[in-house]
Amino acid sequence: MVNIRINNTDLTVKEGTTILDAAKANNINIPTLCYYPDLDIKSDCRVCSVEIVGEKGLVTACSQPVWEGMEVKTNSPRVLNARKTLTELLLANHDDTCTACERNMNCELQTLANTLGIDENRFENVLEEEPLDSHNDAITRNANRCIKCGRCVDVCKNVQGLNILETMNRSHEMKVTPAYGKYLSDEECTFCGQCSSVCPVAAITERDNTDEVWRVLDDDRKHVIVQVAPAVRVSLGEELGSEPGSIVTEKMVAALKQLGFDGVFDTDFTADLTIIEEGYELIERIKEGGTLPMMTSCCPGWISFIEQRYPELIDNLSTCKSPQQMFGALAKSYYAKTENIDPENLHVVSIMPCTAKKYEAAREEMSVDGEHQDVDTVLTTRELGKMIRQMGIDFNELENTPFDNPFGITTGAAAIFGATGGVMEAALRTVSEVLNEEPLEKLDFEDVRGMEGIKEAELELAGNKVKVAVAHTLSNARQLAEKVKGGEKDYAFIEVMTCPGGCIGGGGQPYNTTDAKREERIRATYQVDTGMEYRKSHENPYIKRLYEEYLEEPLGEKSHKLLHTHYFSRN
Amino acid sequence: MLEDLLEKYPQQEDQLIEILLDYQSQKQHRYISEEEIARIAAHLGVSESKVYSVVTFYTFFSTEPRGQHIIQVCKDVPCYINGERTMRSVLEKLLGIRVGETTRDKRFTLEQTSCLGHCDGAPAMRIDDKTFTNLDENKIKAIISEYRGAK
Repeated sequence: MVNIRINNTDLTVKEGTTILDAAKANNINIPTLCYYPDLDIKSDCRVCSVEIVGEKGLVTACSQPVWEGMEVKTNSPRVLNARKTLTELLLANHDDTCTACERNMNCELQTLANTLGIDENRFENVLEEEPLDSHNDAITRNANRCIKCGRCVDVCKNVQGLNILETMNRSHEMKVTPAYGKYLSDEECTFCGQCSSVCPVAAITERDNTDEVWRVLDDDRKHVIVQVAPAVRVSLGEELGSEPGSIVTEKMVAALKQLGFDGVFDTDFTADLTIIEEGYELIERIKEGGTLPMMTSCCPGWISFIEQRYPELIDNLSTCKSPQQMFGALAKSYYAKTENIDPENLHVVSIMPCTAKKYEAAREEMSVDGEHQDVDTVLTTRELGKMIRQMGIDFNELENTPFDNPFGITTGAAAIFGATGGVMEAALRTVSEVLNEEPLEKLDFEDVRGMEGIKEAELELAGNKVKVAVAHTLSNARQLAEKVKGGEKDYAFIEVMTCPGGCIGGGGQPYNTTDAKREERIRATYQVDTGMEYRKSHENPYIKRLYEEYLEEPLGEKSHKLLHTHYFSRN
Repeated sequence: MLEDLLEKYPQQEDQLIEILLDYQSQKQHRYISEEEIARIAAHLGVSESKVYSVVTFYTFFSTEPRGQHIIQVCKDVPCYINGERTMRSVLEKLLGIRVGETTRDKRFTLEQTSCLGHCDGAPAMRIDDKTFTNLDENKIKAIISEYRGAK
């Protein structure tokens, strides 16, 4: 332990602690900007500068470890002046039209300026305007808002291992862009959106589709339905001011009804359907010597990653569409038919924790009739939060409302799709009961749960020992992909989710997501699971009925047409 | 040529600058093209953005073909204060090109650089491997005409 003094308070802190952490642990607030929990310390922005008594220059609290007898001043006039000047300089090179900005009132730079009491900027604005990169369906980059904090570079490089965004040039000419200043769509970007979720300002955001949804909701000719992904019910509350890990399923349904959707359905339903189709696909591959290990295909970032970087592994991917796309395909076929709605007038919206889902929905092959996209518009959790605020809904006062049918009765197996390892666990619940022909003693496959980067489990299926693996983040996924490419035959089934923690940590989730918050959302996810009447996808009575009435059998002709897809090498 | 050169280097990220320096010094017009950046990135197992980041950070490297002589004007603070702008406009007028351009006869490329380590002799510039300090209009004119004469 080390004795230090911060602003006349004597403290004893652990050796090696930074000034920032020591202060935080003792309720002393030092403002930060480039600092982000779970990411590397960059000390790029210098906003957390503090004074160490007896030292010449100011130091950054985020990077400076304490030493015995250190005396720190976090709010001396010298410190306050430096911080204010630094922030004014940032603002002078920033598109500061705050009221016309996606991050207005939710912007770390704006909050900082307010905290520091910047009422006017002594420096003239010298921003040289650059064009937007809005050339893809998922993510928009606005260099005019970028403050070069380096967080996006860090997640892209160190969490996802892609390093598409980098710092180019130097000094005041430094920019954060892909190589040659190209568009994200020209690069092997998976549109995971982790960059957008750590951006402190509006330099990287999801492509906003809320106006489009308001428009169709107001159009009397349109029948507008919505599906909500498993991970949104454990994060939307947080977006609207509740504690991380709040479960708001039924209030969320009520809010969507108030917004004017004609049907509010659950993507969990098609997650159950995915498990049936993917489960049977796995069984078929095991029995008939198909390509193994089979790899999950729910995550559009992961699909892009394989298509771009490991096209030789395309046959390992399950041919199942993602739950979002299965829902869209059923909506535009089965639902349109049973409800007697012209597909021309049926508009399908999804609420996803994800930015890549916007890209997935726009993929050319995601259309059952070849004319209309199966999913018309995708909104992130953040965008739904925005619509709820725009509508002036008092979220916490809403009456609990259940999902509509036929896509409303779901299982715990589907609910856990949102957490890393969830798809694997849901599949194992079904596959082992089908293959072993007896009920599982224990439903919880704890080996595949939790935040560890790569998880493995072993189990017995029809008398054979089978090994499975689960990875989240593309850095970890790459390790598994390399193993499989190198001829690894041990695994039968691999689940990959692009985002840390799985979809609950998706690129479209509330800002300021940290590992601690991810853990809370994961905890909530398993709480949803244990609270469900059915916890195995094959026990979902509406899924059984769908097969009886319409699909006939798993992997059947209709399934192949509606629920399965193919992939392309984009290397 | 790049392939032969890459074979000499281990496939490690920390070899990047060595490879870039070695290759650019041998290459006609002393620059590294987009295709070459992609090839080097693939060799080292890093992203193109990473290589491009390094190439654009160091003013020593260029992604554009350059002329026979590379004139680099220091733009850092001491030079900036001591007449960097005059130095630059004299050169631009003399050569008939702007910063970042190459003369039509391919003799000269005019660029800016970060600190040359001659702050005591600001403003300073470098032509190829040679540094010139305490520059003014007359001095610059004399230096350029010397280079022009020495064909």
